Amino acid sequence: MLWPKLARNLLGRPVTAAAPAVSDEAVAALVARLEGAARARLGRSLAIRAVDCGSCNGCELELNALQNPVHDLERFGLRFVASPRHADVLMLTGPLTRNMREALEHAYAATPDPKWVVAVGDCAVDGGVFKGSYAVEGGAGAAVPVDLIIPGCPPAPEQLLAGLLSLLEAETETPRASS
Amino acid sequence: MSGAASTLILRAAPQEGGRALLTEAAWDALPAALAAEPDLALLALWAEPGLVHAAFLREADAALLLASVPATEGHYAALSPVRPGAIRFERMIRDLWGLTARDATDLRPWLDHGRWPVTGPLSARPAPNTAPPPQPEFLPAEGEGVHQIPVGPIHAGVIEPGHFRFHVLGETVVRLEARLGYAHKGSLALMLGRSPRAAARYASRLSGDSTVAHSWAFARAAEQALAVEVPPRAVHLRAVMAELERIHNHLNDWGFVCNDAAFAFPHARCAILREGVLRAARIAFGHRLMMDAVLPGGVALDIAEAGPAAIHAALDAVAEELPSLLRIYDSHASLQDRVVGTGHTAPVLVARFAAGGHVGRAAGRGFDARRALPYAPYDALPPEVPVFEAGDVDARVRVRIAELGCSIDLVRALLAGLPSGEISVPLPQRAGEGVALVEGFRGECLHWLRLDDGGLIRAAFMRDPSWLQWPLLEAAIRDNIVADFPLCNKSFNASYSGVDL
Ligand code: SF4
Repeated sequence: MLWPKLARNLLGRPVTAAAPAVSDEAVAALVARLEGAARARLGRSLAIRAVDCGSCNGCELELNALQNPVHDLERFGLRFVASPRHADVLMLTGPLTRNMREALEHAYAATPDPKWVVAVGDCAVDGGVFKGSYAVEGGAGAAVPVDLIIPGCPPAPEQLLAGLLSLLEAETETPRASS
Repeated sequence: MSGAASTLILRAAPQEGGRALLTEAAWDALPAALAAEPDLALLALWAEPGLVHAAFLREADAALLLASVPATEGHYAALSPVRPGAIRFERMIRDLWGLTARDATDLRPWLDHGRWPVTGPLSARPAPNTAPPPQPEFLPAEGEGVHQIPVGPIHAGVIEPGHFRFHVLGETVVRLEARLGYAHKGSLALMLGRSPRAAARYASRLSGDSTVAHSWAFARAAEQALAVEVPPRAVHLRAVMAELERIHNHLNDWGFVCNDAAFAFPHARCAILREGVLRAARIAFGHRLMMDAVLPGGVALDIAEAGPAAIHAALDAVAEELPSLLRIYDSHASLQDRVVGTGHTAPVLVARFAAGGHVGRAAGRGFDARRALPYAPYDALPPEVPVFEAGDVDARVRVRIAELGCSIDLVRALLAGLPSGEISVPLPQRAGEGVALVEGFRGECLHWLRLDDGGLIRAAFMRDPSWLQWPLLEAAIRDNIVADFPLCNKSFNASYSGVDL
């Protein structure tokens, strides 16, 4: 039952979509943020720990879609891991609710250096539509330093991928002469 | 036909929108009357300053009854002793509005973890919060060898935050208690004082996976409050979006259940099919999840010209692959062994909590708002409602699979009969009150709102179906092994954000 289908999938055209273009500016900005030594240590493969800081779950749906065979995140050397202790990158979603702040701080502290923090979605950037609520901190940056933002509500998988690829680029590029 | 409790409600002073305002004495008699009328299901309990509201469903004739009571002294008679579904609502009401349920089964905090700058944020006079956050208390489980496993709020997968406290004996779960509220964003407070159009974004973002269903329920409540008729084209487009939402979520969860049983193939195939549906939604409605597409008064955008063809193509692909995927699901003993008999919910429990969606329909409770309380366009196109009895992970998956076929047929019929004309109407600015139920992929979404003379929101509540499903997950996992929790959890797929508000 399963084997004929598997065989057809093996012989058929791949379902994977082409990689999105990466913005040079984003890469340059990231390069400036992380020193050469740290970049060399990270290498061209990144382990990602997603932390939902009180999202509406829309951002999670698209983060999950990144792992489907069409977007196939792992072909770029990017993968989600279960523990912050194994992570190079924290991807944070949601407006950072007050009820999640402590958990996020623990996760951040448990992530070994060097590390990147990516704020995913309008909520994580600055609180989005929830800005000003008594219950939110107003974005991931209220508790941890953010290296890259990927706006959108939610950002589509191609936008997420473009953001992550700019991290990989930043890691391998020579640092600009710092001013 | 009327039982004790419905008589009590129907005799009380009717307010605008049909809600009955009970005296405190009448409400005090409600718990006993409810005990005498088990057929009257509690759907929701919420509040506004000084007033507590409840929504009931009389199962036999699908009558929706709304009742309120003034809580002048800051308390009201609890319904939790006779309706266990009320427990979490009563805890929420205390946290948000500062009103206490007398004789309640459980008065521990729920959404309020002691970390907000105020207490009773939705009460008339929120007080500054100066106390340090308290340690959460969990219900005990006693016996030799029982130990605890705390999980979360951050989970291993890419999922929402919540804490699960397992009490286990060896491998077997003796008691699970969920502690939620981590995703509490204060949505209800943000809606107050805004027009329905401006507040719709919070309904859209109550639970991203149900954005269409919640936006639609909110829009219908607002339209009822303002006595607005929505153009037929908008109504059809809403239903197309709602069914696409059902399809993409059912595919997602079916795949994830298989994946949690370490069977990756269906997961990959479902994900590819789902991606096709989301891309078609983006072509047709400009957004993969169709967020903010349904607005009070109609829909935000008309369907794109290329939309129908894209949707047909995506659904044809799903329809074509469904039979073979189902055969694979059916014929692999290693998979069936994990799902059949796992995470059983007893039909009496499902009925007692009035759990809707696949949780209800997998255990003999066939309620579906599209059929029971029909709204356009389903009044003319009543969907089939598949009902199973087994109440296990497998039955919940089978409800999803059966609904995939029904929803595909519905979308095709809706697109074929798409009326022409306007896609929205302007909303008047005046007072009113409305309530609506819309069937989302995980059950009925209930929205209620009251507008002041300027047409701005004075009070509102959004009830995700998960409120009545989460407690059943705790029952379903009992006596199962810890390793089967992900399977059970995914087969429910209750929303965290949806109940955290
Ligand atoms: S950015 Fe949008 S999709 Fe993401 S969590 Fe916020 S509201 Fe939801």
